[in-house]
Amino acid sequence: MALKRKSKQFKWHRKHLLGLRELSVEEITYILDTAKGFEQISTRSVKKAPPLRGKVVVNLFFEDSTRTRNSFALAANRLSADIIEFTKKTSSVSKGETLLDTARNLEAMGIDIVVIRHGAGGSPKFLSRNINACVVNAGDGFCEHPTQGLLDVYTIRKIKGTLEGLKIAIVGDIAHSRVARSDMWAMTKLGAEVIFVGPPTLMPPQVDRLPVKVSYCLDEVIEKVDVINMLRIQFERLGGNPFPSIREYSHYFGLTVERMKRAKPDILVMHPGPINRGLEMESEVADGRNSVILEQVTNGLAVRMAVLFLVNQAAAQGD
Amino acid sequence: MSSELLIKNGRVIDPANGVDKKCDVLIVDEKIAEVGEKTQDPRLKTQDCKVIDVAGKLVVPGLIDIHVHFREPGDEEEETIASGSTAAVAAGFTSVVCMPNTNPVIENETDVEYIHRKGRQTRKTHVYTMGAITKGLQGVELAEMGFMADAGAVGFTDDGRGVQDPAVMLRALKYAAMFDVVVAQHCQDNSFAGNGVMNAGYYSTILGLPGIDPLAEEAMLWRDIQLIKKIRPGRIRYHAQHISTAGSVELIRAAKRDSLPITCEVTPHHLLFTEECCAEYDTNYKVNPPLRGDKDVEALKQAIAEGLIDALVTDHAPHLQSEKELEFLAAPFGIASLECALGLYVKALIEPGVLDWPGLISLMTEKPAKIIGVDKGTLGVGKQADVTIINPDAEYEIDVNTFRSKSRNCPYHGWKVKGKVEKTIVGGEIRFEA
Repeated sequence: MALKRKSKQFKWHRKHLLGLRELSVEEITYILDTAKGFEQISTRSVKKAPPLRGKVVVNLFFEDSTRTRNSFALAANRLSADIIEFTKKTSSVSKGETLLDTARNLEAMGIDIVVIRHGAGGSPKFLSRNINACVVNAGDGFCEHPTQGLLDVYTIRKIKGTLEGLKIAIVGDIAHSRVARSDMWAMTKLGAEVIFVGPPTLMPPQVDRLPVKVSYCLDEVIEKVDVINMLRIQFERLGGNPFPSIREYSHYFGLTVERMKRAKPDILVMHPGPINRGLEMESEVADGRNSVILEQVTNGLAVRMAVLFLVNQAAAQGD
Repeated sequence: MSSELLIKNGRVIDPANGVDKKCDVLIVDEKIAEVGEKTQDPRLKTQDCKVIDVAGKLVVPGLIDIHVHFREPGDEEEETIASGSTAAVAAGFTSVVCMPNTNPVIENETDVEYIHRKGRQTRKTHVYTMGAITKGLQGVELAEMGFMADAGAVGFTDDGRGVQDPAVMLRALKYAAMFDVVVAQHCQDNSFAGNGVMNAGYYSTILGLPGIDPLAEEAMLWRDIQLIKKIRPGRIRYHAQHISTAGSVELIRAAKRDSLPITCEVTPHHLLFTEECCAEYDTNYKVNPPLRGDKDVEALKQAIAEGLIDALVTDHAPHLQSEKELEFLAAPFGIASLECALGLYVKALIEPGVLDWPGLISLMTEKPAKIIGVDKGTLGVGKQADVTIINPDAEYEIDVNTFRSKSRNCPYHGWKVKGKVEKTIVGGEIRFEA
């Protein structure tokens, strides 16, 4: 309870949410607590609250996304903001209007919050240095996906009560995963032990310097962990051939019904979606009793409402 | 009419001739006429002679930078030979070597002559160029090395990228040996480098940026050393450009121990920065080869102290502000550092005691001159009078807004450095005065 009191006294001051690496335990906890308050709005018959009334949020998405984009749009709507959708699929090196020009043009129209997804790591930070609006990172390259990390720890905390002392496996293409990185920062800050699991060819450089353990063997890890987060194999990001075949990958790293038999009975099965059914996870597991995949989606909405609310509040306070 | 210039009372440092003493330098008709304690040239008494007293200053051979990008032809909005050599002469350089990765690529004698002509017209520094090893820098067909050598190209390189195919590189080394011109390599194996934008390591991992493994450099350097061994003996000369890793230093050390005809160069940024500088996604730190780790910086300094490094270069790579104002992934590689180079070397090498002044000047004059095979870099009597006068103690603040270069992509902005160029004399003519 001491923690809760501390979190009440705490004052949020960031007008941008760029990543979880830079956040303190208190800041992460404060977002989660704030999200908890927003959860009930979605269960009311009138699913709307006024805090962002008159504010404009732009969804600036340079990569394909359905659920994150919709989740942010819905979160903004529930807080009564106006939302502009700006979707532009482009390679970062293609000619045309620069990211900065795009953002400055939107700003000239009077937007308040930019929710950005971009293929280049660091783009949200770059933007935050150059425009006045609030910047919320909705995924940048393979750097961070902070709201995903937050909704993951939110989901775990909600079910398990705390992350302190939990063992959490994150399985798959760690090298190219922003989810793995944001999860790692949030989970370890909140006291969990994180194990990255995958073939050595899908581990990032100098992974040994990260605050995690590394395993190449899911079979060794499956029995020990309280939570398992199965990453999506993102074929568009894989360079070269980091594994010989999908069949072989699934054999060693797929979450099968067989493997689940050796897991703790109360293990939480997570996935950031969308699932490649039968590849990283068998359908029976995805839809099974340990799966919290849809809770993640529901909680994502509350977390994103909290983030939009907090950055807007910080901006209003002129910090 | 002969013209005379007497530079009095300076500390004359001429490493090629083992000179480091307080004395005078007399220049007559564009050439060094005398270097001595009391210059007694009889002509002094009979003719008008301009005298400069430089007590407390260093008088050194004109500095030579064998690795610059002046972007002409093709990207004149970033730099031109005129703006680049104006910047160079203000920084104490009397000779520069342009890289051929322009648009179009410098790959035939007409291109080489174009660079030379623009250099002569500007009348600032001597402007040399290297030619491409392969046509269009594509790494497939050899460019016309012979014609380019005859036109005065001082080396060949596909700088900006390495020659990937080992058979093509072997052919290039063998063929270039006919002309006694150095073949320089930007060592980077693309299969390891991939689409990397910074060093592969802890920082690339947490920043979520694709990395360039040190192996990319080392694998190609190792391969080229095997090629050189294969074709010895001959007039072959190989030069490894801007080496950046501890592993490369090891390879150079072993190759020199084996007396292979290999030289190498180091840039200031690989001595002053590490990969950690990229942590805020500041694209002014995006450079190729990328900034590496602490151990690499230490290894490069150690190599310089041991005499394993043959030249200090800037790899001056100017870019427009608008190009650098992009996401880290999309911004171009390069740092514009020509105009503050000397101060950077003082900070990186003299202040920590890695080199003394004669050691530093040697790596900026006689040794690079040897690599490109030009009769420069000394104050020997009868040599062309390229002389730089330096105030070693004057401290100044680097301010990109004062740059004569067209570009401002310089992470050293605001740094305080020592070692100010006071005068630059090219062919006996004072071309720059502070």
